[in-house]
Amino acid sequence: MFGDFDINFVIFGVMPYVALTIFLVGSIVRYERDPFTWKSSSSQLLRRKQLIWGSILFHVGILTVFFGHLVGLFTPVWVLDAIGIPYALKQWMAVIIGGPAGIAALIGSTMLIHRRLSDPRIRVTSTTPDILIMVLIWLQLAIGLLTITQTLQHMDGSEMVRFMTWSQSVVSWNINAWVTVVDVHWLYKLHIFLGLIITALFPFTRLVHIWSGFAAPFRYLLTRPGYQIVRSRRHRPLEDRRRAYDKVQAKRGPTSTTPAE
Amino acid sequence: MRVRAQIGKVLNLDKCIGCHTCSVTCKNVWTTREGVEYAWFNNVETKPGTGYPTDWENQKRWNGGWARSASGKLHPKQGSKWRILANIFANPSMPEIDDYYEPFDFDYDHLKSAPDMNAFPTARPRSKITGERMEKIEKGPNWEEILGGEFSKRSADYNFENVQKEIYGEYENTFMMYLPRLCEHCLNPTCSASCPSGAIYKREEDGIVLIDQEKCRGWRMCISGCPYKKVYYNWDTGKSEKCTFCYPRIESGQPTVCSETCVGRIRYLGVILYDADKIEAAASAERETDLYGAQLDVFLDPNDPEVIAAARRDGVPEDWIEAAKVSPVWKMAMDWKVAFPLHPEYRTLPMVWYIPPLSPIQNAAQAGQIAMSDQMPDVRSLRIPVKYLANMLTAGDEEPIVHALERMSAMRLYMRALSVDGVRDEAIAARVGMSGRVIEDMYKIMAIADYEDRFAIPTAHREQNEHGADIRGGCGFTDGNGCSTGEAGKTTLFGGKKKKFALPQETF
Repeated sequence: MFGDFDINFVIFGVMPYVALTIFLVGSIVRYERDPFTWKSSSSQLLRRKQLIWGSILFHVGILTVFFGHLVGLFTPVWVLDAIGIPYALKQWMAVIIGGPAGIAALIGSTMLIHRRLSDPRIRVTSTTPDILIMVLIWLQLAIGLLTITQTLQHMDGSEMVRFMTWSQSVVSWNINAWVTVVDVHWLYKLHIFLGLIITALFPFTRLVHIWSGFAAPFRYLLTRPGYQIVRSRRHRPLEDRRRAYDKVQAKRGPTSTTPAE
Repeated sequence: MRVRAQIGKVLNLDKCIGCHTCSVTCKNVWTTREGVEYAWFNNVETKPGTGYPTDWENQKRWNGGWARSASGKLHPKQGSKWRILANIFANPSMPEIDDYYEPFDFDYDHLKSAPDMNAFPTARPRSKITGERMEKIEKGPNWEEILGGEFSKRSADYNFENVQKEIYGEYENTFMMYLPRLCEHCLNPTCSASCPSGAIYKREEDGIVLIDQEKCRGWRMCISGCPYKKVYYNWDTGKSEKCTFCYPRIESGQPTVCSETCVGRIRYLGVILYDADKIEAAASAERETDLYGAQLDVFLDPNDPEVIAAARRDGVPEDWIEAAKVSPVWKMAMDWKVAFPLHPEYRTLPMVWYIPPLSPIQNAAQAGQIAMSDQMPDVRSLRIPVKYLANMLTAGDEEPIVHALERMSAMRLYMRALSVDGVRDEAIAARVGMSGRVIEDMYKIMAIADYEDRFAIPTAHREQNEHGADIRGGCGFTDGNGCSTGEAGKTTLFGGKKKKFALPQETF
């Protein structure tokens, strides 16, 4: 039974489901059970130095890279064919946009790690998960940038299509997805493996603030018409209450001054 | 008209003795926890001075409050919604903890545990953040106490705008006053407007502005948004915290801790009815000097039958309407016009108001006589420049301040005539547009200030929307996550608890 056991199957066939399950269920459970711990854990108050540049470079870089991966990996291959984008062109775009963004994120995270470890205020207020996740992300960025060296050796886009096929097979419940990435360079494999580890750690770290970061613009711009928020204890909107009040008043006659409440 | 009620507050600066009892009792109740040692929901500043955090009134630097665009629309001075979201990775307008002060404690234990030494043992300071030795304490919560520090630094005080301030650096011309500060529980708060998560809200029933600790994500925009710098970032929990107006006390009809414990009896609490439909227009008044008057127009007369009918229709409880009729805040702000909002030019429509202080007559000793105008001391010759007070309380408009100071000195003249000579001198009252009866009422409330006269607080009506059976056995008041202790990681899977701060052992 274990004769044809393949570690590739575990990592690229099983682990994605494990990691995504932990990621989703963990996020929901934490949001539901302990919302007080759901936060960005900003340390800007304690030290501004290195944070402004470090944080902006890191966040802008990594968001670009994140959306690059999202669009790049999950756009179906037939869509590329339909609108006539050559695979090579897509791969060039990935390198040209993703490369500088990755470098910006790496510079930013290097600054943030240096700040976190060398500044006594930040060091002492950091938790183990804070430091662990930063180091993992730094490694992930570094490995991701290193894979470009491999990518540049085959700019026809064939490798890229394999990763697209793999990720799309995973999310479409294709049990044989892992076969597509068995013989790619080990740097790619390491990058995917670390990515899955980070995904699984997500709910247990400050990374949960990413959910809120994506939700904030929608909440702030779309679901909030003005600027102010007033919370009422009452169960009915003001207009309903007024109508009900007027009805009671009308029954009692215009001279009545008894309040409705 | 949309009638709402708020528990408003007035602080009579004429009687503040700067004892800091309010700050200390507030701190003991609310901010003795790790992460907010540096935060004072209530603090008392000596003016002139740059205050706490340093230079907080300088909105060119901190971008707090609102700005009015050419089209007459308001947006937070730190930027509209898009701009605020763009600054979410790093907030350029946010103060650092050193702008408040680095919290510290002293090695008290060393005083009794030190070995036999040639030198006397001392208790040296240590940072409450890192636990490390601090060689020099650069700043504290009340660094400029009683004009501490050189005039050149203190005179950076924003309220000196358009005042020839050099002469006030001279010993003979110097002046000072105290300014106790807390959250203003504004009608148009910029903190809540700046919060991308929507965690900060104003309560409809009593106007208290609170931060939902479970919704706060630590985006930090409220800290720069508040022009009074009264929202504090808890560096331990990663959430913002602010003055709660002691809402558990207010709900049960008790005054806030700072008001209850005020030795000088300077604090007043009472209901103000206001028209929520007028807030936006009032805050958008074109000229900054119109903002004080515009806010007066937002308040509704609780004795007006039309207002009472509208208040009932909008669900203001009957005892709140009755409380509004006897509200000391209404009397001082509206009837007597002696109380003013702090920095109305921030366009937040603050609800903690201040009675400006009288001060000794400037140069009276030199001249050998008192500058009199119309048999009353000329309030423009008082030691504290009227312009200075006006910059603080009316966006620079001196007339309302002069008017208030004249009424307050008329009260003294009238009461002296009454208690020393036994004469009710209506002429004194008439000169400031009042009657003797009103002045006696003013004296009773402002000078005698009995507990019952200072606080007219109706209880909350939770019975209207809560079912006792549902909340039976609940956690009651907590300042975190329901029944959880508020400490991430100690008992849960998420996040890990760090260091426990303890004073390190001294080695010799």
